[in-house]
Amino acid sequence: MLTKRIIPCLDVKDNRVVKGVNFLNLRDAGDPVELGARYSDEGADELVFLDITATIRSKKTIVEIVERVAERVFIPFTVGGGITTADQIGLLLRSGADKCSVNTAAVQNPDLIRESAERFGNQCVVLAIDARRAPDKPNKWIVTVKAGSEPTDIDAVEWAERAQKLGAGEILLTSMDADGTQAGYDIALTRAVAEAVDIPVIASGGAGTLDSLLHVLQEGKASAVLAASIFHYGTYTIAQTKDFLRQHGIPIRP
Amino acid sequence: MLVIIDYGAGNIRSVVNAFRFIGADITVSGDAADFPRAKGLILPGVGASGYAMKQLAPIAGAIRRQVQAGTPLLGICLGFQLLFDESHEMGIIKCLGLIGGAVIPIPPGRTIPHMGWNYVAAPAGMRLMQGLTPGRHFAFVHSYYADVSEPTATVATVEYEGLTMAAAIEKDNIFGCQFHPEKSGDDGLQMLRNFVTICDEGRVC
Repeated sequence: MLTKRIIPCLDVKDNRVVKGVNFLNLRDAGDPVELGARYSDEGADELVFLDITATIRSKKTIVEIVERVAERVFIPFTVGGGITTADQIGLLLRSGADKCSVNTAAVQNPDLIRESAERFGNQCVVLAIDARRAPDKPNKWIVTVKAGSEPTDIDAVEWAERAQKLGAGEILLTSMDADGTQAGYDIALTRAVAEAVDIPVIASGGAGTLDSLLHVLQEGKASAVLAASIFHYGTYTIAQTKDFLRQHGIPIRP
Repeated sequence: MLVIIDYGAGNIRSVVNAFRFIGADITVSGDAADFPRAKGLILPGVGASGYAMKQLAPIAGAIRRQVQAGTPLLGICLGFQLLFDESHEMGIIKCLGLIGGAVIPIPPGRTIPHMGWNYVAAPAGMRLMQGLTPGRHFAFVHSYYADVSEPTATVATVEYEGLTMAAAIEKDNIFGCQFHPEKSGDDGLQMLRNFVTICDEGRVC
C-alpha cells in the first residue's frame, strides 16, 4: 500500500536553515545538508528545501547546496523558492534535485508549468500554492504570491485544477493563515484541493500536535504532510511522528 | 567497471551519486565503444518514452548486443520501461524488446502519478532483493507501468489502490526496477550493491 509521506521542510537563507512564525522572526536552525541527512537517517520520506534568499546570488548558493545534499541524501527531495524559468528548473534537476516547486512565477506565467512539465516530465513539477482564507466567505481561499505578502483574485482550488491540466505533478499547499502558528493545518482547504485534483497534495502550514498531522491526512485527504518547526526544534522526532500515525492506522513506511 | 549510460534523457546525477556512495567503480558514458569492457550496464532515465527512445536509438543496437553477450543490464524507472517491447505513452513507441510486455497507463480513478514509498513483494531468491529489510519500501514516481508478458521472468510486485504492478524484474542477465533505488534509502542502496555483486560475479549466461 502506498504510504503517507512525512516531509520536513528546510527554509534556506544564506546557507542556513531558518524558520519563522508567518515568515517573520527568523531563527537559526542549522546546516541544510547536515539537517537533510539527519532527517533522512531518522526516516523522513522526502525533503523540501525552500530558498528564501531573494537575491541573484542565492541561485548559485542553492545549486551548491542541492549538489551537496544529493551526494549524501538518498531520498527524494524538492527544491523551490524564487524559481522563474524552466532553465532554472533544468539546472536544479541536473544538480541533483528530484522535483522543483514553482509559485509566484507560475501565477504570473502559468505557461511555466506547461513548459517545465513538457521538458522534464510532470513528476518534476510541483506547484506551490500559498492560500489564504477569503475575508467573509466561508470555504473559499485565494492565492497569495511573493511569500504570501500579496493577495491575488485567483481561487486556490481553481488554480490547483488548472495547474494539474497544465502538467503539474503535485501540489504543495500551504495555508498562510496557519503557517508557523503550530495551531493545526487548514483541513477544509486541504480537503477542498485534494478532492478537486487527481495529483498528490502535500499539506503544509500549521503543523503542531501529532493529532494535527493525523487529521489532515485523514479528513484533509492529503497524500503527505510537510512540517518544519516541530522537527527543527525537536518537539517531535520523525520516528515519534511515524509511530503515532502508524498506531492510528495511517500507512507509514517503517 | 560499470557503465551508467548517459543518453540525454533525464537526470542521471542521483544514480551516479548513489553508485559512488556504495563504492562502485563506475563510468558515465553514452559511447557504445565503452560498453564491451563494462562488467555491467545501467540504463537510467526520467521523462517520456518517445523522446528517450529517440535519444537511445544510436546506441540501442550496442546495448542489445552487449546483453546478448551476457553483460548484466539494470534499467531504472524509465530505463526499466524501455526494456519492454513497446510503450503506449503518447502513441505506440517501440522499445528495446529485451523483455516481453507493454508499458501502459495506470488506469484512472486513483491518484496519478503513483508517487511515494510503497511496499514491494518479491519472490524468494530474487537476486536484486537479497538482504533487504522485511518491511522494504521503495520510492516510486510513475504514471505508466509494465504489463509483463514474459513467461520466464521473475517479477516483484507493488499494490496500488487495487492495481498490482511490476516493481522489479529479472530475466537471465536483464534486471530492472520501476522504483528509484537511488532514492530509496538504505534498502535502495542495498539493491544497487546486489547489482554490483551480480556484475562482479561475472556473466550470467
